[in-house]
Amino acid sequence: MSENSSGKASKKMMNFSSIGAQKLIIFLTLIVLIIIFTILSPNFLLVDNIISILLATCVNGLLALGVTFVIITGGIDLSIGTVMTFSAVISGLCVTGLNLPLWLGSIICILVGTIIGTLTGLMVSRLKIPAFIATLGVMMITSGLSLVVTGARPVYFPSEYKEIAVGSLFGKLIPGFQLPNAVLILFIMAIIASIILNKTVMGRYNFAIGSNTEATRLSGVNVAGWLTGIHALAGAFFGIAGIIISSRLGSAQPAIGQGYELEAIAAVVIGGTSLAGGQGTISGTIIGAFIMSVLTNGLRIVGVAQEWQTVVIGAVVILAVFIDTYRRKKQNI
Amino acid sequence: MKKQSKILCISLLLCFVLLLTSCNRGGQSDNLNEITGDKPYIAVIAKGFQHQFWQTVRKGAEMAAEDYGVQITFQGTDTESQIDKQTEMLDAALSKNPVAICIAALDSKAILGSLEKAHQRGIPIVGFDSGVDSDIVAATAATDNKAAAALAADKMAEAIGGKGEIGMIVQDQTSMTGRDRRDGFKERIESKYPDIKIVDIQYGEGDHTKSADAAKAIISANPNVVGMYGANEGSAIGVVLALSELGKTGKIQAVGFDSGKRQIDAVRDGEMYGAVTQNPIQIGYKAVEAAYKAYKGEQVEKEIDTGFKWYDKSNVDSEEIKQLLYE
Repeated sequence: MSENSSGKASKKMMNFSSIGAQKLIIFLTLIVLIIIFTILSPNFLLVDNIISILLATCVNGLLALGVTFVIITGGIDLSIGTVMTFSAVISGLCVTGLNLPLWLGSIICILVGTIIGTLTGLMVSRLKIPAFIATLGVMMITSGLSLVVTGARPVYFPSEYKEIAVGSLFGKLIPGFQLPNAVLILFIMAIIASIILNKTVMGRYNFAIGSNTEATRLSGVNVAGWLTGIHALAGAFFGIAGIIISSRLGSAQPAIGQGYELEAIAAVVIGGTSLAGGQGTISGTIIGAFIMSVLTNGLRIVGVAQEWQTVVIGAVVILAVFIDTYRRKKQNI
Repeated sequence: MKKQSKILCISLLLCFVLLLTSCNRGGQSDNLNEITGDKPYIAVIAKGFQHQFWQTVRKGAEMAAEDYGVQITFQGTDTESQIDKQTEMLDAALSKNPVAICIAALDSKAILGSLEKAHQRGIPIVGFDSGVDSDIVAATAATDNKAAAALAADKMAEAIGGKGEIGMIVQDQTSMTGRDRRDGFKERIESKYPDIKIVDIQYGEGDHTKSADAAKAIISANPNVVGMYGANEGSAIGVVLALSELGKTGKIQAVGFDSGKRQIDAVRDGEMYGAVTQNPIQIGYKAVEAAYKAYKGEQVEKEIDTGFKWYDKSNVDSEEIKQLLYE
């Protein structure tokens, strides 16, 4: 009995150290990328450009944070981008149509995301529809509904709404470093996500479901309930991303959103979260999201043709997954 | 307990389905069911229906239908890559025995098979927005995008005083429209303005945020940029957004394309030097008009230029321009 548990513990420790190694690798990758781009272009490491990169990471970062929870359960969510858009659109219609204050509009945005997340969760956990199919359906439904409810026209927010994402509380404290609020929000949400994943029951069950759903169920955990909750939580993150993107644009654009899911999933995977479930970190996802936007920005600044930019990013995703599978194989031996 | 939640799930799903089906009726296919048969029927198949541009084209088409006493259906694909879906739409329309067809082909070669079928049945075909590569087409009603982009280039030169570095944000490099608006601009700058240098061209998929991030990268990489060109609505708004986020509004001149509320506001407030607009109403109107005339056996012009106009702060609110812009 004691032997068994100590074996478990050592395996767990090994697990942790190798996750640490993986995190170190991707962090170093990010640093190396930054060094390379700085050498190649004197215009890369300027305050303005750094702020541009940070701002460009926010939406993808928030989406990636949300979907990290889902991927750790061994699931997937393809409706990420369109749920974001749908939440923003509904919030915009409420704000403009019912003259609601902006803070209430933002709450509605998060609520809509959460509700759709809950529905997706119910479909996956209770109706046992495969996550890929269920979320594909939700993606199509939300992308269609966004167009229907708006009549395919963008919804414009009052101009103060821009402050949420592009205003700078930080700049008021430290003049000269106009860090947009969106970046603050991203980091605060990352900390919250990290606490949920590592310090709460939900986080523990999240890993347990991803490692072995059946064993978790047999040990008396309400797997379907937690799974629904995790999807709802992810939906809330998509809603927050909806606030950021519509605040940045000053409008909710009903036609965007498709394609964002793949970028977010790529960030998660680069960050070392396993698509097989059971493993993953929030810090990895954040670094993954930064690798994506540093690559995009850096390749542009250096003047690499657009066609090649996507080729390079695709190669990075494959490389990241390769490192992940290689590491697991070694671990199992 | 479990049973209850299952029932809840199923009923929620049902609600969704119901909502969808009822919404569909209000959407793209609303007037498909209303063909009564006493008026001649013309099928109009576009490249999209969700975008404001297509809604305005539709308005023009409906105006012509009213004027000439014909009945039309207006359909479009969800995205501009659904070439196969457009072919299906065309085949479905043919089965309803139209007297003429108006088509904005996504891929002029892919759709040729179905068009030839129509041609053999003696149904006249009118291309609109972008041409079909074949002489079976009776007429084409479209904007000369290359000429329109060249006008944007002239205005850009005017805005920056004929010299300096500029960057370009284009929607894509695969569509005819994207290529024409890039090449028309580029060729005019290269041939007429030797002191202006295009430092970079980036493609932003017409997505506002992606275009903004791309524009910011160009400006960061080339601090001497004095002008930015956005080749469609999303690209142009991306440029405006990039300038405002970098605090460079007014220091870097922006020249855009098409309209949309944000862009119109930017022009009105001087955030943007000005933009070129197509004439979407005319595109829809002329297409249906030509289709009707061809059906009646009247002579129609082969290439119908539907025109384009420059608008800036001085004329953005004039009657002439206002009717071309959509919010």
